[in-house]
Amino acid sequence: MRINDHPLPADTVAPRPGQCLRTYLRQTGHLDVKKGCDAGDCGACTVLVDGRPVHSCIYPAVRATDHDVTTVRGLGGPDDLHPVQQRFVAAAGFQCGFCTAGMVVTAAALPTPGDDGPEGEVERLFKGNLCRCTGYRSIRDALAGIPNVEPPCGKSGVGVSTAAPAGPRIVTGTEPYTMDVAPGDLPAGLLHAVVLGSPHPSARIIRIDTTAAAAVPGVHAVLTHDDVPATLFSTGRHQIRLDDPDDTLIMDPVLRFRGQRVAVVVAETVAVAEHARALIDVEYELLPAVFTVAQAMAPGAHAVHGDKDATASRITDPATNLVAEQHGEVGDVAAGLAAAEAAGGATVAGTWRTGRIAHGQLETHGSIGWLDETGRLVLRTSTQVPFLVRDELARIFGLDRDGVRVFATRVGGGFGGKQELLTEDLVALAVLTTGRPVQYEMSRTDEFTIVPSRHPFTVTVHAGATGDGVLTALAVDVLTDAGAYGNHSPGVMFHSVHESIGLYRCPNKRVDARSYYTNTLPSGAFRGYGLGQVIFAIESALDDLARRLGLDPYDLRRRNVVVPGDRIIADSDHPDDLEFASYGLDQCLDLVQQAMSRPGGVPAPDGDDWSVGDGMATAMIATMPPRGHHADATLTLTPDGRYRIAIGTAEFGNGTTTVHQQIVASTLGTTADRIDIVQSDSDVVGHDTGAFGSAGTVVAGRALAAAAEALKVQVLSFAASLRAGPGSPGDDGELGPDGVRFGERLVRLTDIAAAGPDGRLTATGRHDGTPRSLAFNVQAFRVAVHRGTGEVRILRSVHAADAGVVVNPEQCRAQVEGGVAQAIGSSLYEEIHVDDVGTVLTSTFRNYHMPQIADVPVTEVLFADTIDPLGPFGAKSMSEAPYNPVAPALANAIRDAAGIRLPELPLSRDRVWRAIDSG
Amino acid sequence: MDINTVTGYRRPTRRSELLPLAPGEAVLAGGSWLFSEPQPGVQGLVDLDGLGWPSITDGPDGLTIAATCTIETLAAWPRSPQRPAVALFRRCAHSLLGSFKVHRVATVGGNLCMSLPAGPMISLTTALDGTVQLWSGDEPDRLVPVTEFVLAPLTNALRPGEVVRSIHLPDLALRARVAFRQLSLSPVGRSAALLIGRVDPDGSTVLTVTAATPAPVQLRFPALPTAAELDDAVATIDPWYDDPHGTPDWRRAISRRLAAEIRDELEQA
Repeated sequence: MRINDHPLPADTVAPRPGQCLRTYLRQTGHLDVKKGCDAGDCGACTVLVDGRPVHSCIYPAVRATDHDVTTVRGLGGPDDLHPVQQRFVAAAGFQCGFCTAGMVVTAAALPTPGDDGPEGEVERLFKGNLCRCTGYRSIRDALAGIPNVEPPCGKSGVGVSTAAPAGPRIVTGTEPYTMDVAPGDLPAGLLHAVVLGSPHPSARIIRIDTTAAAAVPGVHAVLTHDDVPATLFSTGRHQIRLDDPDDTLIMDPVLRFRGQRVAVVVAETVAVAEHARALIDVEYELLPAVFTVAQAMAPGAHAVHGDKDATASRITDPATNLVAEQHGEVGDVAAGLAAAEAAGGATVAGTWRTGRIAHGQLETHGSIGWLDETGRLVLRTSTQVPFLVRDELARIFGLDRDGVRVFATRVGGGFGGKQELLTEDLVALAVLTTGRPVQYEMSRTDEFTIVPSRHPFTVTVHAGATGDGVLTALAVDVLTDAGAYGNHSPGVMFHSVHESIGLYRCPNKRVDARSYYTNTLPSGAFRGYGLGQVIFAIESALDDLARRLGLDPYDLRRRNVVVPGDRIIADSDHPDDLEFASYGLDQCLDLVQQAMSRPGGVPAPDGDDWSVGDGMATAMIATMPPRGHHADATLTLTPDGRYRIAIGTAEFGNGTTTVHQQIVASTLGTTADRIDIVQSDSDVVGHDTGAFGSAGTVVAGRALAAAAEALKVQVLSFAASLRAGPGSPGDDGELGPDGVRFGERLVRLTDIAAAGPDGRLTATGRHDGTPRSLAFNVQAFRVAVHRGTGEVRILRSVHAADAGVVVNPEQCRAQVEGGVAQAIGSSLYEEIHVDDVGTVLTSTFRNYHMPQIADVPVTEVLFADTIDPLGPFGAKSMSEAPYNPVAPALANAIRDAAGIRLPELPLSRDRVWRAIDSG
Repeated sequence: MDINTVTGYRRPTRRSELLPLAPGEAVLAGGSWLFSEPQPGVQGLVDLDGLGWPSITDGPDGLTIAATCTIETLAAWPRSPQRPAVALFRRCAHSLLGSFKVHRVATVGGNLCMSLPAGPMISLTTALDGTVQLWSGDEPDRLVPVTEFVLAPLTNALRPGEVVRSIHLPDLALRARVAFRQLSLSPVGRSAALLIGRVDPDGSTVLTVTAATPAPVQLRFPALPTAAELDDAVATIDPWYDDPHGTPDWRRAISRRLAAEIRDELEQA
């Protein structure tokens, strides 16, 4: 086999007969070939065989032995980019970058157009390349050669679309992700962990015999519930660890969902571990089970965590499966509803449902752990929260916090799914047991069947308004399905009924919310953190209300949304740290309504079967998570005259690395290419709560901005003393890329650094995530609905975001587009199907339809003109927020077009057809 | 993905080396399905690549497509005015869930052997009255119509030790006028219904319903049916398939609709 024009060395081990080309390429050092699905569905592993693209994960390696293989690195390197790679860099055609290698290889070797004509060509050719981050617009730009960003050596301050620093590495596959470790980078003797999952949704292990498995040559350990610490914890991670119920063990004799860990085999290869796994003999006692919230709530229902102590585990009522609840009322909702009717207004009521959604980030969860030379436990892991993982591992294993280091390289997408401790505990256990480096990498099917999904919600809304559209009552009754463990379930439930309801000024409001355990895969953190589910219900109900009243839906919002001076009240009026530091909702409503009234979008299809309609929805979100979100930042002027950022937050395509460079560039008058970053490592700064709750710009960015201001003072001060010596008049000098200029005289940064202690200058900054501001999003769609098939075509998509000062317009636009695209997926196509005995039926991408390039329309992204004093340089967060108004905006547009109100996501063609067909 | 239970690999170059298959051996055609899912119990791979079967053999009685013919090769077969039904090759290829990169390796025989309702090569070869030629170690070859080969999702008439050698499409069917409709839950997603209508030179009409039903269904008419006749026939099909790619009631509804469109197109042509 020749790989990238080089024959494999003669002593290279030949492929195993059942080995796919993907793993063989990685085994021979070609870590630029990524694993997204390992099943031929996502295209991340695309390589060329004899010049033509194939999915290397489904290509038998033996078939390539006498052929030429080209990987993305073979097309070009970071300093020698192939033209396609150049276009992806210039267009910023990536976010996390995990799919990019496959995109680039595919784009570099497209077949010549057939005789089908150009129409739909990109849609058809790229249906085998999935991207979860971008929404594909920037990828289309890359394919078309449209540039969007400025190079890092150019203007790179706040407000410029500076290119992400990792771009040239991402497009060449050379940016290392979690699993991209060459054998020489680790202590010798890497072992692999493989998990035996429960075949039952509810069972107790009576007996487990690992003797035969442990005797297999190459097996180093077979671990079961007998081998784990007795410390209960939660996989969900928060700054305050008490936020999540302690209901989980690394391995538990009680199995509460299908696939839960029963045993783990640690062996020299995955193949050996899988072979040994089949020899583990387990006897189960089957237990009763509950598979739906309705079953879990029924009197006498099986208690999923009936063995837990409510206080110790912080579960509201383990005996009745109740994880958490919230009840509250301001005013009198019943009176408010009556008042609406009495005033000649209207009331509406309905129940809305959402299903399980997979995060679908292209990089699966995985960790590699080892003991360093001092015996310290080190974990390299795909996480959004390295510090919180470190703290909890130390607690579980009774280690000193300094005895654990956790770090993340670039993370291949998160969306909340990596605000969990899902692989690290197992790897830590295996490392501490064997003393050897151990790797555990989840499969794509694991991602669908055992990784927590988005919480399914059932939301009943009652709302009333006077004839002129003034809200008199708004009440929600919320039930959420926690699945088998309570990670994130209290937090998601509390958050879901906060900004969604707080958005509206209404004297009478009520919240009843409860979260229940079931014997199904756990639910967890997902972009929007519960808001999207409740916003779907409320914004749909308000659309109905506007129709009843004959009001424009934009006007109904204008009449009722909170404005500066109002308090944010959900179901109680208690003081908090939320404030209107800036307000752009009025602009967002105007921007979207005006855009929708201008010509644009694609025309409606011909034919009598199509009906066209418009719909909109609104969303509010706090700019930071509640209850404290902390970030430390250190900024150093290094001896070579460059700046070095040390920061704890993780980069997973959110673009915070670029934003952080821009903050430093603006403050210190330099360019992005002179700024290095070390990040997401518990060794580099004191603490960082993590990359969730859209905190990377507003919390970590504020910490860094403070460090930059402090360093600037030092630099100017040292420069002044160097320039003049004692007694000179002290003008300030001007800090630029090379140094501080005093008129004609330049004091170089290298000289300034040399004057500092240890030949460098260092400043630190910290931010604690309070007080918090509010950000707003308005989405509108025009759709055409086919009354015969239920097909929904998006003709126009407009989104306005109140993001404060937009630090990087291209990145912020792309975040909005990506959020809208992900939400289009969960609104029209996606649902994890679970049967009535808790089995996940959609366990691969080909059975779970994540948006392809063909599924995502262009979204016109507009920004409100606001400046937020609580964010760095006036910025607000904009990561989760764009997701939230999309589902109701689509449902409202379908309502407008076809006269049907669909109460359940996804708004799939079969559901749309059925609603129309049944009148 | 790696199939870690596999320890053997052989690449026969003629029939006598191919058969019989040993216990635990699986036939490797393109590998695009075999390597896409865990394959518990598979211990050896028998690679058909070395047999050198010509992909497509053209003869006066029709086309013989080797089981190892890739979907890409089939889709590139030249159209001709004498055989308008060849236009279906490309339409069906494009209906495969996998992209052009999968077409390069996935085979016609493999698609049939998967026996999934959405298998577009099943749609194609059923609609054109294809016949499957089966080889086995010591039994004589069997010739089985595709309609009797694909029995249910993931279930077919293949007996242990048998290998699909080829699929024959008769010239008469290739010379038919055809109309094609396909629909899924998303613009280029997995087929929820794939219907092909065919009017033979003698006017007899066949409607083939696939993807919407657990196995292919063929409705035959001596001439182009009236709209009502056709709709009655489609509406009485039972059962309709149920999986994450569409509910049975919707599949029935869109199949009726697509059948009507096909009839209109065939009538106007």
